[in-house]
Amino acid sequence: MELILGDVPWIVVLIILPLTGGMACFLFPAISKSLGLLTSLAVVACVWGLGWQLEEEGAQRYAIGGWGAPLGIDLYADGLSLLMLVVAALVGLGISVYSCGYFSPDKANHFWPLWLFLCGALNALFLSSDIFNLYVTLELLGLTAVALVALADGAEALTSAMRYLLISLLGSLFYLLGVAFLYHSFGSLDIAILAQRAEPSPAVWAAVGLISTGLLLKTALFPMHFWLPAAHACAPTPVSALLSALVVKASFYILLRMWLEIFPMVGTSFAQLLGLLGAAAVLWGGIQALRQTRLKLLIAYSTVSQLGYLFLAFPLGTSLAWKGALYMLLSHAMAKAAMFMAAGNILVLGGHDRIAELSSITQRLPLTLTAFTLAGISIMGLPPSGGFIAKWLLLQASIESGQWWWGIILILGGLLAAAYVFKVIGHVFTQDEPTRQAGTLPTTMEWSALVLALVAVLLGLFTSWPLAIMEIGSPFGTGHSG
Amino acid sequence: MNWNTALPLLIVASSLLPGLMIFCLPENRVVTRTTLNLAGALLKIVLVGGMFWGILHGYHFETRLVLLPGLDLVLRSGPLSMLFVTLSAGLWLITTVYAVGYLEGSPYRSRFFGFFSLCVTATTGVALAGNLITFLLFYELLTLCTYPLIVHRGTEEARKAGKSYLAYTIAGGALLLLSTVWLYTLAGTLEFTERGFLSGLDASLHPTLMIIFAMLIAGLGVKAALIPLHGWLPQAMVAPAPVSALLHAVAVVKAGAFGIVRVVYYVYGIEFSNSLGLTLPLAMLAAATIIYGSLRALFQDELKRRLAFSTVSQVSYIVLGIALASPIATLGGLIHLVHQGVQKITLFLCAGNLAETLGIHKISEMNGVGRRMPWTMAAFTIGAFGMIGAPPLAGFFSKWYLGLGALDAGQGWVIYILAASSVLNAAYFLPILYTAWFKTPPDSWPAERSFGRKETAWTLLVPPLVTALLTLALGLLASAPFNLLEWARLIVSRGFAQ
Amino acid sequence: MSYVYLYALLGVSLFVLGLNALIVHAHLLRKILAVNVMSTGVFLVLVALSSRNEEVLPDPVPHAMVITGIVVSVSATALALILMLKVNRATGKNELPDRGRD
Repeated sequence: MELILGDVPWIVVLIILPLTGGMACFLFPAISKSLGLLTSLAVVACVWGLGWQLEEEGAQRYAIGGWGAPLGIDLYADGLSLLMLVVAALVGLGISVYSCGYFSPDKANHFWPLWLFLCGALNALFLSSDIFNLYVTLELLGLTAVALVALADGAEALTSAMRYLLISLLGSLFYLLGVAFLYHSFGSLDIAILAQRAEPSPAVWAAVGLISTGLLLKTALFPMHFWLPAAHACAPTPVSALLSALVVKASFYILLRMWLEIFPMVGTSFAQLLGLLGAAAVLWGGIQALRQTRLKLLIAYSTVSQLGYLFLAFPLGTSLAWKGALYMLLSHAMAKAAMFMAAGNILVLGGHDRIAELSSITQRLPLTLTAFTLAGISIMGLPPSGGFIAKWLLLQASIESGQWWWGIILILGGLLAAAYVFKVIGHVFTQDEPTRQAGTLPTTMEWSALVLALVAVLLGLFTSWPLAIMEIGSPFGTGHSG
Repeated sequence: MNWNTALPLLIVASSLLPGLMIFCLPENRVVTRTTLNLAGALLKIVLVGGMFWGILHGYHFETRLVLLPGLDLVLRSGPLSMLFVTLSAGLWLITTVYAVGYLEGSPYRSRFFGFFSLCVTATTGVALAGNLITFLLFYELLTLCTYPLIVHRGTEEARKAGKSYLAYTIAGGALLLLSTVWLYTLAGTLEFTERGFLSGLDASLHPTLMIIFAMLIAGLGVKAALIPLHGWLPQAMVAPAPVSALLHAVAVVKAGAFGIVRVVYYVYGIEFSNSLGLTLPLAMLAAATIIYGSLRALFQDELKRRLAFSTVSQVSYIVLGIALASPIATLGGLIHLVHQGVQKITLFLCAGNLAETLGIHKISEMNGVGRRMPWTMAAFTIGAFGMIGAPPLAGFFSKWYLGLGALDAGQGWVIYILAASSVLNAAYFLPILYTAWFKTPPDSWPAERSFGRKETAWTLLVPPLVTALLTLALGLLASAPFNLLEWARLIVSRGFAQ
Repeated sequence: MSYVYLYALLGVSLFVLGLNALIVHAHLLRKILAVNVMSTGVFLVLVALSSRNEEVLPDPVPHAMVITGIVVSVSATALALILMLKVNRATGKNELPDRGRD
């Protein structure tokens, strides 16, 4: 057993498996559902295998084809990558289960190959140690995500997909231009080599600016969030969940990785700027979410707000703050996916997602409602939930570093989140009779939402695993202020 | 896992698991649901009894689970915890019996009893919490579980009350979170310690500690309904009667007051708080709340609203006793924690009986109701006299020790507050009693339900009678062996250096 | 040395021109073309910067990157064109509506 687990190059399998699965789904549409589910399950198993490997042997570097870093393409996995892979695999499995009941057959033929390609792109992105390879995976991710959004019919979905595509391409081009400057300055694309060679120069400053702009555009940090709500709200529900939970986090991951490895010399003023934008995102996203009358748009704006939290870690820069931000990322992924799924259930059964008229539908969907509420607890950051732990870590980091004002933003963001979550939940407790008796939902759609929401809550009690994963290969060891 | 480490967790689980099971029950499984409820409540009492037995035999109970590195979830059986956990376990059983009768035939009962159980779970957790983060966790859980109970009826008014409740308590919770994290970064620990864990900190941190104290009190004061943070409480009385009873006597308001005791005694330490000059402002705030609550109660015609303002006033007795920083006053405050619970629950259950049986909601409709429902009104009368502080009822002893403590602490002005409050208490309770017993009853009641020869259903009648008897017993047997007073003395003696 | 930077500057100006067109023009085909111009600019920068000085042969890695980039760009353009047709079919317009809601 140990021999098998230890010898398999899980890093490579994790990339090849979903891509192969995607192609198989494309070739055999008749069995695409089972192929898709099977692949998602296998990905979870592979991530577990990789996790086992990392725990035994520490961070892993794998040279594809045996070429090695300067010339060939290296894959690299440490705790940070593993955490992202775990998130992607678990949320992905939930989304696969949910999608089994969601799509009509002709849509499903398109959905499964695209989703598995996206899954492969995500895994490859989290495992790349090469900044150009990151560009390729980022583009593959963007293109598949746009195609998935466009799966929803209707003018609104198509126009938001179009806008999303243009923004995504723009972001990638900014990133690529930055890569060109970095390569010219230091003659390497490998993150580890760059980390050794990098030193401040005007070209590096330009590269940092370009790369950050591109990635922030894709991460939808305020004020570059304008494309997100429409795209996330109009997409088919599993895709909404996918985009909010995983896709926006991918570009954040690249930024974080570069920040930790290559940009430590950038200094604090840029970090303060990121923190400020994050704070603005927390407040603006929260206020906008509160103003929405449609459930899916409310959830999408909540994503804008929650993404802001992640950037509060930059000005703090301590290992504790990074852990808090990652914990936020982890629990937000689970909770937001669950929330979108719950909204999708309401939309499917009730035919609309107008918040003011939710009562008659929600009475018929107790499991969905429970899922929404549990996810909401994590989004609000109330204990016990993953969101609470994340908030605790970030608060502690902000007070310890003497920058308590970021803590105030965290608290205010939590209050706004409570306001918009309870705006929805408040509509459950009315005296309205459940109206339409026709129609039922597949149980998988309710349970997948509930299980993900439960995971988000349980993350508030079982913290040792995620925190232990983050420690592997000490990815925060080189953070710029300790 | 042995008994010493498992028992606190089991006490919490004894209401959590039935609650979760009840959520899954279909609406019409009345018998299963009632069985689960009562079994949970009885089991909790047995477990608490077992814990008492253990403590008297020198055992120490503690459940410790790692939450974050260096930060544990701790449930522990300290003397103060036992006081509160016994109160909540006992009153939960009584309220459950009452709620089963009260909600008979109404919709969404699985939801109601599920949250009802979770609410008691959270209260038990608050009682047993061994450090501030565990306290915070259950305190916030309490907020979440009581919200569905307050809006249970689903009327516009109920939803408004729920909204206001959330606005107050979530903001308070946020303050509490911020100050807890702050304390943790300063002190490196959050374990409740007899006589506090902050006095050793550097003197340069004292101004910061004073700010944190103010934030903690503000965060807890929301639930304890200290002015000006009491606004949600009178609105929340739209909830069904058993919920009001639970809210006012055991769960929410008490959790706030209990939290203040914890902060003053087990986080800061009473002597340290006193030396920072924090206790006098707190005492003054409590005194102001006592008078304000009583004054507002005078002018309410709606019975439950009058009782709600009375709670605002009475809960501050506890805070006042704590803040006077004298062992005797603290004793008064702690026994009032129990006394107020038992008396107020009696009053609310009786008010619920009047509403449920005769449709009476206002005091002006209560003419001669004592003749129609003598047992209910007898219980109400005992509760009311207890609140006024008439000897030999429970409330008298609270006020007696508070007064003695005030003299002991050299705060003579408190005597005037106590006297004024007692006069006001009498002024808003005695007219109710007069109306009920001495005025002529009307020809017909607003909405009468017939229960044959009984005045009302026995599930509605027995609980307030039991709590009224308890009020009597707590007063009459104040010096019996194993009494409340001795227990409170034990808690107090550990809080002060002698 | 200097002509290398001349090409690189040319690439950057193409990038900026494309960016300007992307923002200014409403017609979707123009936007898609603008993105293409931008990517051409980036590729030019990559190729130009690959020769560090005149004595040494140019570094081959950026060329490999440009080839990969062109493949990505072609597929992105194809997707964009199809989407444009679909948008046109659904709304009857070749423009994105103003974001009235935001």
